[in-house]
Amino acid sequence: MDFMAVQTEILILILLLATLVMDLAIAKGASRRPVAYLTAAGLAAIFAHTCGLFHEGDSPVFCMGLFIADNYALFFKQLFLLGMIFTVLFSLDYAEKCLTCAGEFYSLLLSALLGMCVMASANDFLTAFIGLELMTVSFYILVGFRLSSADSGEAAVKYLVVGAGSTAVMLYGISLVYGTGGSLDFAVVCQNVHLFYAAGLAGTVLVIVGFFFKLSVIPFHMWAPDVYQGAPTPVTALLAMASKAAGLAVFMRVLFAAFPFLGEYWLPVVAGFSALSIIGGNLLAIRQTDLKRMLAYSSIAQAGYMMAGIAAANYPGVKAVMFYAMLYVFANVGAFAVLSVVDAERGGTSQRHVTGLSQAAPLLAAVMTISLLSMAGIPPTAGFAGKIYIFTAAVDRGHLWLAFIGFVMSMISVYYYLQVTKAMYRDLAPEEEALAAPLRVPPAAKAVALISAAATLAAGICPEGLAILTNLASRTFMQ
Amino acid sequence: MTDPFSLTAMDIFRFATHIGLTHYLLLAALLFAIGLFGLLTRRGIIPALMCVELMLNAVNINLVAFNHYLPMPDHSGQLMAIFSIAVAAAEIAIGVALAFRVYRDRNTVNLDDLDHLKG
Repeated sequence: MDFMAVQTEILILILLLATLVMDLAIAKGASRRPVAYLTAAGLAAIFAHTCGLFHEGDSPVFCMGLFIADNYALFFKQLFLLGMIFTVLFSLDYAEKCLTCAGEFYSLLLSALLGMCVMASANDFLTAFIGLELMTVSFYILVGFRLSSADSGEAAVKYLVVGAGSTAVMLYGISLVYGTGGSLDFAVVCQNVHLFYAAGLAGTVLVIVGFFFKLSVIPFHMWAPDVYQGAPTPVTALLAMASKAAGLAVFMRVLFAAFPFLGEYWLPVVAGFSALSIIGGNLLAIRQTDLKRMLAYSSIAQAGYMMAGIAAANYPGVKAVMFYAMLYVFANVGAFAVLSVVDAERGGTSQRHVTGLSQAAPLLAAVMTISLLSMAGIPPTAGFAGKIYIFTAAVDRGHLWLAFIGFVMSMISVYYYLQVTKAMYRDLAPEEEALAAPLRVPPAAKAVALISAAATLAAGICPEGLAILTNLASRTFMQ
Repeated sequence: MTDPFSLTAMDIFRFATHIGLTHYLLLAALLFAIGLFGLLTRRGIIPALMCVELMLNAVNINLVAFNHYLPMPDHSGQLMAIFSIAVAAAEIAIGVALAFRVYRDRNTVNLDDLDHLKG
């Protein structure tokens, strides 16, 4: 029992309990801002602590290899922590204005974060399942957290029914893999030749389908747009960046640690569904008018790009996926920081609501544009570097067609991203003059927006810093 | 393994009387299929949750049966089944709470009538 391996999770759990107690200690009706400050400060401290945990050599494991704290897991934990800190900061005003139980909101965010961290470290189907469920169950509540909006409840119910069904499918797959592989441990499962029996292959298929549901890969995506649109804006941001990255982290570990010898079966499947998601996500995003819904389809396409990196199934591919996941966090934080300010001030997130933003809040409009360009992959933003890494890895593996599809669809995606920019920057009609009135932007949201835009540009102009970190992290994983 | 078409009455009798791993797996597969069918066809929130419950119970049967019949049992299957029961309970608790909430907002618990969100 090496408790040093689970120190990040223990710290997050302590913080979670502290926020719960603090929420109880604050008088009824008083502002819950101190809880948010505690959450953000605690998470920042944990983030600083995890920076010192990167290591060379053997990684600490907990409980007979159930749980492993290697550099790969640490990188993803830092990614979740970053996403969570920024989300807490930019949702300060949103939470106070739109959510009824703001104190519990932060505790639930932390329990979702705990689930994600467990997922990133999972080295056994049991751990992966517990982490996944801790995250998903917290998100069911978070999606329905906006009690004043009926859409939020509707989204939560849809998420719950689809999520519970996909969990059952994945668990059935895990039970078949357990039966043929003889264990739940990735390292034991991967060595068992019985996995090649029909039952083992069926189990593998069901596990992969379960992950496709969680990652909202086309054709298992139908829940994502509704859930993204109905959920409170900060929760949508987390669903798009952190929950998706957590799913990818554990998906990659399952594929490369538990099913590496089935590679010739699942590689074409992952490549095919990746292409389908890239094409479908980008085409369906074109006709959306609600920005959250548009970003949902865009996140489906982004999951497709990241799966193209997985389909490369080599060390540069994993590195590219991790790089892309990190810069996607920065782009998403920028876009959703702007959206949650707009949502709180103007009461909606459709294109109509961001019209005239360049005059009402020039900084927000600029940040939004940079973030969207990064998602589209236009230089000098980080998205360009990320896509180059992914497409190079895919071409190295011989998936030239996949890189070609990705390249063409990125060009098409520029269209719908720039539609938003056009709405923000176009001249206002005389009857719309009211939209030009300056928008009150909370300082925390402004700071987060600026940091995310700066990070997006910095990672795009000199990607070496982030690339060194992803090199280190993927090296211990792929060996 | 003999040719399936050369089954004698004795083989069938033996299959019917000696309960083995296959029977448990068949039962679990059947339960899972019923649950999945119900989830795809029933439109109420509560029936949908009951169907998910059926699917999860199929998984539990699978896990416990495999755990018993594996050459080197290490109890991880039973452990997983216990966790799966706990998770199912948590999901149902939230599901019922959300059903109440949706009924209050929209006066229906029919999934087909929840169609305000679309693009």
